[in-house]
Amino acid sequence: MKKTLRILQLYPKDMNIYGDWGNTIVLKQRAIWHGYEIELLEYNQGDEFPGDIDIIVGGGGQDTGQMKIKDDLPKITNQLKKLADSGTPMLVICGLYQLFGHFFTTYTGDTIQGVGILDMETHGKSERLIGNVVSKSNEFGDIVGYENHSGQTFLKGETKPLGTIEKGVGNNQEDSSEGARIHNVLGSYLHGSLLPKNPQIADWLIETAATKKYGEFTPHVIDDRFSDEARVRASARPR
Amino acid sequence: MAGKAAKPHTILLGKIVKKATVLRGGGSAFPGLFMEKIDPNFIAKSLSQLPEGVIVISGTNGKTTTTKMVVELLESQGMKVFTNRTGSNFTRGVASSLLEVVSLKGVLDADIAVLELDEAHAVHFVRTVKPRYSLLLNVMRDQLDRFGEIDATAKLLEVIAEATTDTVLVNREDPRLVAVTRGITHAHVEYFGLDSSLLKDFPSDDDMRATHDSRESTLAALSVLKSLDTSGATFTLDKKDYHATLKLQGAYNIYNAAAALGLVQIVKRNDVNYTALFASLQQVQPAFGRGETLIVDGNPLELVLVKNPSGFRLGLSSFAPQGYATMIAINDNYADGRDMSWLWDVDFDSLKQEGVSMLSGVRAYDMALRLQYDNVEIGHVTPNLNAGLKDFIAGNKQTPKRIYCTYTAMLAIRKQLGTITKVEKI
Repeated sequence: MKKTLRILQLYPKDMNIYGDWGNTIVLKQRAIWHGYEIELLEYNQGDEFPGDIDIIVGGGGQDTGQMKIKDDLPKITNQLKKLADSGTPMLVICGLYQLFGHFFTTYTGDTIQGVGILDMETHGKSERLIGNVVSKSNEFGDIVGYENHSGQTFLKGETKPLGTIEKGVGNNQEDSSEGARIHNVLGSYLHGSLLPKNPQIADWLIETAATKKYGEFTPHVIDDRFSDEARVRASARPR
Repeated sequence: MAGKAAKPHTILLGKIVKKATVLRGGGSAFPGLFMEKIDPNFIAKSLSQLPEGVIVISGTNGKTTTTKMVVELLESQGMKVFTNRTGSNFTRGVASSLLEVVSLKGVLDADIAVLELDEAHAVHFVRTVKPRYSLLLNVMRDQLDRFGEIDATAKLLEVIAEATTDTVLVNREDPRLVAVTRGITHAHVEYFGLDSSLLKDFPSDDDMRATHDSRESTLAALSVLKSLDTSGATFTLDKKDYHATLKLQGAYNIYNAAAALGLVQIVKRNDVNYTALFASLQQVQPAFGRGETLIVDGNPLELVLVKNPSGFRLGLSSFAPQGYATMIAINDNYADGRDMSWLWDVDFDSLKQEGVSMLSGVRAYDMALRLQYDNVEIGHVTPNLNAGLKDFIAGNKQTPKRIYCTYTAMLAIRKQLGTITKVEKI
């Protein structure tokens, strides 16, 4: 019998505007290329939270998208925390990354409570940080992407940065950190989409999920020449 | 005549600069910049003479072709129209186009102006020139690296609507535009729209990942695209159906024809010559790079401009790949947008059967990566656009060709094609 991984997308209806669908496409295809069957699930406002989830992904949205989901988020906070504590791999980008922290205070002074899985807080600023980014991570090597956010995020305690900025701004204008990591939960500001040009992170998410569920993971060889070339060119482009 | 005409000597200088710039092979904006400096009121003074006022057309997709259509349709009604035909949709482009047609005394011999304006520049423009009519086409995910958020772009269009003195014509199927024009009270708000059976063919960014279409409007529309067929389309105007055989291709161009038809009804009120109107619509050719067809080696070569996910999706669904060799050229210059995320919001399954012969442009490898994940077969990847285009043409001599290209890639491709075939100057 084929091994199956269940991927859950958080709020694809309201948090999808910046092309983060690419992360789901890449996870799905690479898992298939590594020999797994994939079940793609969605969670939107008011839905019942599905069980037996192996990987969670979430994307960026408009400020208005965040306002739409803010009342729903507390309803699934406990489930998300349990999954994070038990080592379920997750990837959250931009808008949902911010809401995986304790809170996000917008520029106009509204505060949205987050799920608090990542020990961090986000403050909306007037300036928007936009442009190509390269960050360096001990575990994943160079991470290539594109940022577009006005919230600035500050990490605390056990939550560590995903990478250190080489080009661009990242979490905030003060400490050169980009993204966040705790347990197997990864957060990042980077679009691009993130996973197509950083397949090492996609494979890590799949490997973590497969090992947790089946006790083992044997990667298949995937031709990543286009990704290699695209990374080189993206890194060389102006901010 | 309201306002004073511009000083003759500044116009003469402007005309000389314009001529010199054209001789040097320069762009269309510089003479406009020159006029901005020596006579900042030049645009306002020139346009204030028009008896029927100014129309501003803005939105994310389709501005250029729609403007072209509105001009031709108004001309079919006997009007003399001034427009910024060069596709230079910034304020300077308007000044530059004006220089070509005003007399040395500053007289503009036209009834009405139809101006295509980029969202951000339109906001600046309407501060000095209040449009009598405005047409708001759509607000879609595009150049988020420039405007930050779609909602911010919608706010720009709201400013245009607020500055409009008579009537704002709005795309009924665009929820953001309907929302930002709901509060308009000092001017009339009218709508153009789609028959509900066509909504599924025009997905909005918001409905992209949603399972049900949340649109289905109760607002009455002045002009409706009722159905599409192989030869053209049927429009409903004033409860009457009109079928038109069209040279325009692409579902999005044809939907914008409904917008243009609606606008003519507004301007001409009860005095529309429908026979002349549809005769003119049937003759409209798409604007450069918007489904434009050139002839290379005796075979057609089509250029389809793709700037954002909704435009790319509509392009792919409008032009069948069968029988064509396909090339995609993706640049990431400022005018294209630097972020490549948008390619991941387009589904390329429709190219699976035929494959793609050539990928080119600065971000050719990003495009290759995207197609790899949709299992689309790729012939060659050549980031150098000139080399890519040459190989694409040489490798597909006997076949009709189609190139999907971003804005700056299109300009570069047209320039190079101009050396081997007839390409209209822009």
